[in-house]
Amino acid sequence: MELHSLTIHELQDMIRAGGTTATRITEAVFQRIGAVEPKVHAYIRLMKEEALAQAALADEDIKRGDIKPLTGIGVALKDLLCTRGVPTTCGSRMLQNYISPYDATVVEKLAAAGAIFIGKTNTDEFAMGSSTETSCFGPTRNPWDTDRIPGGSSGGSAAAVAADECIAAVGSDTGGSIRQPASLCGVIGFKPTYGLVSRFGLVAFASSLDQIGPLTKDVEDAAIMMNVLAGYDPRDATCVATQIPDYRKFLGRDISGWLVGIPKEYFAEGTDREVLDAVEKAVQSVEKCGARITEISLPHTKYCVAVYCIIAPAEASSNLARMDGIRYGLRAKEARDLAEVYTKSRTDGFGAEVKRRIIIGAYSLSAGYRDAYYGKASQVRTLISRDFDEAFRECDIILTPTTPTPAFKIGEKVENPLQMYLSDMFTISANLSGIPAISIPCGYTHAGLPVGVQFLAGRFEEARLLQFAAAFEKSAAVEKRRPVV
Amino acid sequence: MKLSAMDVEYAAGLARLEITDQEKEIFARQLNEVLLYIGSLNELDTQGVVPAAHPGGLTNVFREDEVRESLNTQEALTNAPDTRGDFFRVPKIID
Repeated sequence: MELHSLTIHELQDMIRAGGTTATRITEAVFQRIGAVEPKVHAYIRLMKEEALAQAALADEDIKRGDIKPLTGIGVALKDLLCTRGVPTTCGSRMLQNYISPYDATVVEKLAAAGAIFIGKTNTDEFAMGSSTETSCFGPTRNPWDTDRIPGGSSGGSAAAVAADECIAAVGSDTGGSIRQPASLCGVIGFKPTYGLVSRFGLVAFASSLDQIGPLTKDVEDAAIMMNVLAGYDPRDATCVATQIPDYRKFLGRDISGWLVGIPKEYFAEGTDREVLDAVEKAVQSVEKCGARITEISLPHTKYCVAVYCIIAPAEASSNLARMDGIRYGLRAKEARDLAEVYTKSRTDGFGAEVKRRIIIGAYSLSAGYRDAYYGKASQVRTLISRDFDEAFRECDIILTPTTPTPAFKIGEKVENPLQMYLSDMFTISANLSGIPAISIPCGYTHAGLPVGVQFLAGRFEEARLLQFAAAFEKSAAVEKRRPVV
Repeated sequence: MKLSAMDVEYAAGLARLEITDQEKEIFARQLNEVLLYIGSLNELDTQGVVPAAHPGGLTNVFREDEVRESLNTQEALTNAPDTRGDFFRVPKIID
């Protein structure tokens, strides 16, 4: 195995044993990038010079025996995370030249843990999309089939992990934006409980839904990343002060006797046959671990996408009001007065999908419509959360498909926004209710596209969720294939 | 409820966006599909249900009002499209 294709824990073991160096790992990653990036386009910007300088420093640390949890590990950052000194573009013309004067909390934490930043990954513009096609820098391609989308909005991060263009990556998830691309690219995607990871420095899309999480090659790596990412931060008022356990300690523990709920609403018509077959096998693997399976009902499931279609744009329209061409971002040159500065800068700076969402958000919050749309959606959001509260009184874990279909073709859903939103139909509920969820590979279609299964747990139950995912991973022993790019 | 091209123009105006006639048509059609879909929420009786603005059930978070380090003026101005001295510069507002 070449260095770039190894996991965090494998590389860390090698570093500790003196078998490799941070520089060698980083060079291997950039060599791989040189070979496959022209076909995949996972990155908006590479940070090769910075990474090699960081690696040289890491090697000094290693020589002194100072090895931190991510020392020498090449990590890719979604370009929605403010990173001091390099552009943070959000895949938008609006912020094409924006250089953040500060680091996001998670970027600080990763750096403090020894991570080496490989680059900033492609994303749908302001994370609005499920295919990474709305980026102003052009689409990312799925490493398993470059005619297909990698999912989104963290499609660059998922593709980079799948194609071994980094060791692990960070993404953000508002309605499935970590888990859906992870599923379509055959990697692990983890969305933590709302409030567990600081959002400070994550450019906001929908503040009550956004959460940062890792994309990795296996569950152990997800646990290692969560050990670094989780934790209270006073700079994010929604970040919760809670005890963070060592998630790694829970891996390898038994899950026999656990009750796993299969919500019948997630297995209704419309889901691809091959996806259902792979998920069915996943259920069998869970049973092999000694867990019990029970059918449950989450009665408000069919309203999740509708609620999301109101709440996410409403919050987005208000969050993106700050993009006004005054303090940062694009300013239209031909504007003659202040109103024109706003209007022309925003009109030039935003792409079609962002405009669509801002318009629907502004409409649903406007005088006369607010109660019918935003108010109603917020009430149904309560009902959706209650469904989960109810289910978790009985179940330890809920199991669903991550996505209704495998990766679709580039361009297939661009003209049909509603169809695009529906590709997140199984992932949105976790954001609306704030619970943690993980997508993990569970098989392949006949055409060789990866399929993911999603596990959900109660709020702040990430330790148990990772324990369960690790047990599944071992029991299922899904064949480890590599995409041929 | 059906959204007209004029409604789209109105909402775009609220959000300080200019849209072309062609975009008006396309957006109206696409947004109507979305609104039609959203209409399913009206099947539900939500009388008396407390709306959730937030998934965590957090209430107000307070902290001491202390002076802390923050971006200095120079750093805050580095990304500004137009500045003069310590200020952001904009076109004349009052005639």
